[in-house]
Amino acid sequence: MAVPILKQGDYLIASVQSALTDADLTELRSGLVEKVGRFRSRGVIVDVTAMDVMDSFASRTLQDIANMVRLRGASTVVVGIQPEVALTMVQLGLTLEDVATALDLEEALELLGRSRKEGEEEASDSRS
Amino acid sequence: MSESTTHVTIASARSESAAVLLRELVAHFRQSRTELREEWAQRITHFRLLTAMSREELFAEATSVYDNYVEALETGTLESLQTYARNMSERIIPRGVQTDEVVGLVLLLRDVLARSLFARYRTDTNKLTRILDAYEPAANRIAITVAVGFVQERERTIREQQEAIRELSTPVLQVRERLLILPMIGVIDPQRARQLTEQLLRGIRRQRARVVVIDITGVAEMDSNVANHLVLTVEASRLLGAKVIVTGLSPEIAQTLVNIGVDLTKMNTVGDLQGGIEEAERVLGYKVIPIAKGGEAA
Repeated sequence: MAVPILKQGDYLIASVQSALTDADLTELRSGLVEKVGRFRSRGVIVDVTAMDVMDSFASRTLQDIANMVRLRGASTVVVGIQPEVALTMVQLGLTLEDVATALDLEEALELLGRSRKEGEEEASDSRS
Repeated sequence: MSESTTHVTIASARSESAAVLLRELVAHFRQSRTELREEWAQRITHFRLLTAMSREELFAEATSVYDNYVEALETGTLESLQTYARNMSERIIPRGVQTDEVVGLVLLLRDVLARSLFARYRTDTNKLTRILDAYEPAANRIAITVAVGFVQERERTIREQQEAIRELSTPVLQVRERLLILPMIGVIDPQRARQLTEQLLRGIRRQRARVVVIDITGVAEMDSNVANHLVLTVEASRLLGAKVIVTGLSPEIAQTLVNIGVDLTKMNTVGDLQGGIEEAERVLGYKVIPIAKGGEAA
């Protein structure tokens, strides 16, 4: 099942609704990377609340998405990883390094807003 | 067929005579109760058993053990003795009585009684043998019952305490909105570590925590397993979107961790719990201001 990608203001929101095949994941990745440019988005949120299993390919893809999106000038937040899934992931060594995480969508929006404000402040600091 | 029949008859005849002999024994032990008990108590003191108890307590305990012992010999049932052994264990375990002391105690009584049988039936070797045949298995059964009762009681106590520790020592507490603290106390075994992590992760989700302070002031020792588990917990919490601050690393633990080479680069550490909470408040954007003195506060 393909993952819908929604545009919400400056952000893209991809909400995973069910278990994903490797092909779905790859599609999600290319979809996001492409749309970040098209919509000139500042941030990407991937909601994985519905995922009961996170295998190495899935976490690798999430990591790739974060890196690719960064290269396209936006930041990524992964939200909604379940406690059991998190524990299994770290035990397998899949720690999603350098990927920002948040509890849920609301938190992620706040996080992105915060980092954006900080960025703007820094920019205005360097200008003055 | 006929062989086994004769065997059974002999056995039952023997057990019947054994019952008679046991009755005789019991009568003898009842009669010389005072001397035998006195001798036993002396032996207990001599071998320095049950040193945790006073002389009077020891004597009272010895008396009831003696009576129960003789009663078990008489009735041949071990239930009441079992109950008694359990009750006694319950009383004396908190006083620090060891297993070897209890076993030694019962074996001493067995020997004292056996000696008195020797003394009594010295002249009639034949009868002595039969008496001992009847006495020894019964005495050994009693000794085993008491020892097992004691050990079981002790294991039960240990189990209960372990459970109590387990439940007590893994609280996940909310200090402020979105701020949890997890004080780790005591020895962390793999099972507890896992339980701790699960509880924390569930707490993060339920209470929507953004920052967690793990305080390990109460952890006496930390080996590579516990340290690695701590790193695991920190990473899993991060996956849920919570930042973890570890506080209260003692100088010894800090040295151990560096020496065993645990990778702690991903952990935020702050000296003590207070500092950790202050840091967490800073992350959350709280600012604690003392109420101004005088009229301004009102």
